[in-house]
Amino acid sequence: MRGRHAIAGIGQTAYGKLAGRSTISLNVEAARAAIADAGIEKDAIDALYVKTPTSDFTQLYGAKVAAALGLQPAVLGSWDQGGASTISMIAMAAMAIEAGQASVALVTVADNPRTGSRHAYERPAGGDDAYGWIGVIGGYAMIARRHMEEFGTSSEQLAAVAVAARRHGAGNPGAQLRKPIAVADHQASPLVVDPFHRDDCCLVSDGGAALIVTAADAAPREGAPAPIPILGFGQGNTAWDVALRPELTATAATVSGATAFRMAGIGPGDVDVAQLYDSFSIVPLMTLEDYGFCRKGEGGDWVGGGRVERGGELPLNTSGGLLSESGIPGPQLVLEGVRQLRGESPNPVPGASVCLVSGQGGTMQTHATLVLGG
Amino acid sequence: MTDAAPQRDLVAEWQDALGRGSLTFARCASCGLAWLPPRAECPRCLGPDWSWEEAGGRAKLISWVVYHRAYREDLTAAIPYTVALVELAEGPRMIGALHNVPQPRADQPLQLSHTEGTKAFFCPTPPSMGRKPDA
Repeated sequence: MRGRHAIAGIGQTAYGKLAGRSTISLNVEAARAAIADAGIEKDAIDALYVKTPTSDFTQLYGAKVAAALGLQPAVLGSWDQGGASTISMIAMAAMAIEAGQASVALVTVADNPRTGSRHAYERPAGGDDAYGWIGVIGGYAMIARRHMEEFGTSSEQLAAVAVAARRHGAGNPGAQLRKPIAVADHQASPLVVDPFHRDDCCLVSDGGAALIVTAADAAPREGAPAPIPILGFGQGNTAWDVALRPELTATAATVSGATAFRMAGIGPGDVDVAQLYDSFSIVPLMTLEDYGFCRKGEGGDWVGGGRVERGGELPLNTSGGLLSESGIPGPQLVLEGVRQLRGESPNPVPGASVCLVSGQGGTMQTHATLVLGG
Repeated sequence: MTDAAPQRDLVAEWQDALGRGSLTFARCASCGLAWLPPRAECPRCLGPDWSWEEAGGRAKLISWVVYHRAYREDLTAAIPYTVALVELAEGPRMIGALHNVPQPRADQPLQLSHTEGTKAFFCPTPPSMGRKPDA
């Protein structure tokens, strides 16, 4: 299936505080923009994949979005894999098209935890709330601490991820945080859940983003940008909660990455630019290890020295990622991957022809990988 | 219309035991796996036959975090507070609290110090000591 399907259109809402808007309304706005970008008729869409929003968890959410879009798609559903959902839905769309079940798929994700309910991110974990073990951040901090203890990873090394994201966000007019920071600023930002400072933590945002998947050889549409081929995808699910995971510092991203690289027929050395899920600074660092860019435990060293900044060996999260552009759970990273390969990124990587994208959900419970090629 | 049948609340059973000062875990009668948090079937062999077993109290520290922000109003007075992830000698891992561990380090030996409500506290194991905590 390598290269047989493509992303033919992208669209998004503004990111930030969008008070008074439902997630369905945000999905419709993002979809409208993606449909226009792809140059297709709305009624050509015969598959619809929607992520269940964290702030509005309702049954048959996909059908509700379809109704708002005025569609009766042959294939429809909502998917809950947290921040891995977007990439997994793109994969499902490509497989549905390959199987002849559909020909034009809309993948759309919207959420409004900023002005709606952020309960999903700050709820007590299981029966352990008596300890004050609350929120998604606690689990990630537990993983980061173990990484520091096992491998000597430092807070300053985590800062390199945030510094790169903020530098790239500064160049993106649509990013929520546009002020660059230095390592010292990161270190001076308040501790939230030690070892995490504020600047290790992603934004909480309202917003939506959508994209259109078609066969790569679908008839070209007049005036529309060239479709960006999907070279590979994969997923891997660590599944177990942090407290149960035998290894805190390794995840099933290894499986996801290897699957996607195998399908694409490439390896880490072929990647020109990467958009790696960065809900917390530790995540891209561990993802790089699990994908094989460096050995386990060496991520802290590897991200230093400007390697992941614009102009470096592997520019990372070139629109700012979740740390700077928007905290919505993942689709913005795919959109930036498409923009890079179209040459439309706010921080273009000259000559980039392969972009790697990751998505990750829960506390590293779920993971998905996408390889895009220009 | 009838009310839905109440489900057995295994977490409540486990916490009730903690409330009585007893740290327990589940042990599968078929394959011997020990596990937490409580669940109705063995996560290895999927068998439904298991029973509660009292933990010996020995454990080690896997990781820990320090909350500097109160995510619930009643925690405001508690910050900064530490939450630990410990592995019991019998195998199960659980969230716990630390007692007299000013400078935690990964993999350091711990032992059950005491319980307080539904919370289990772990303290360092003195080098010469194998099992029983001093009360």
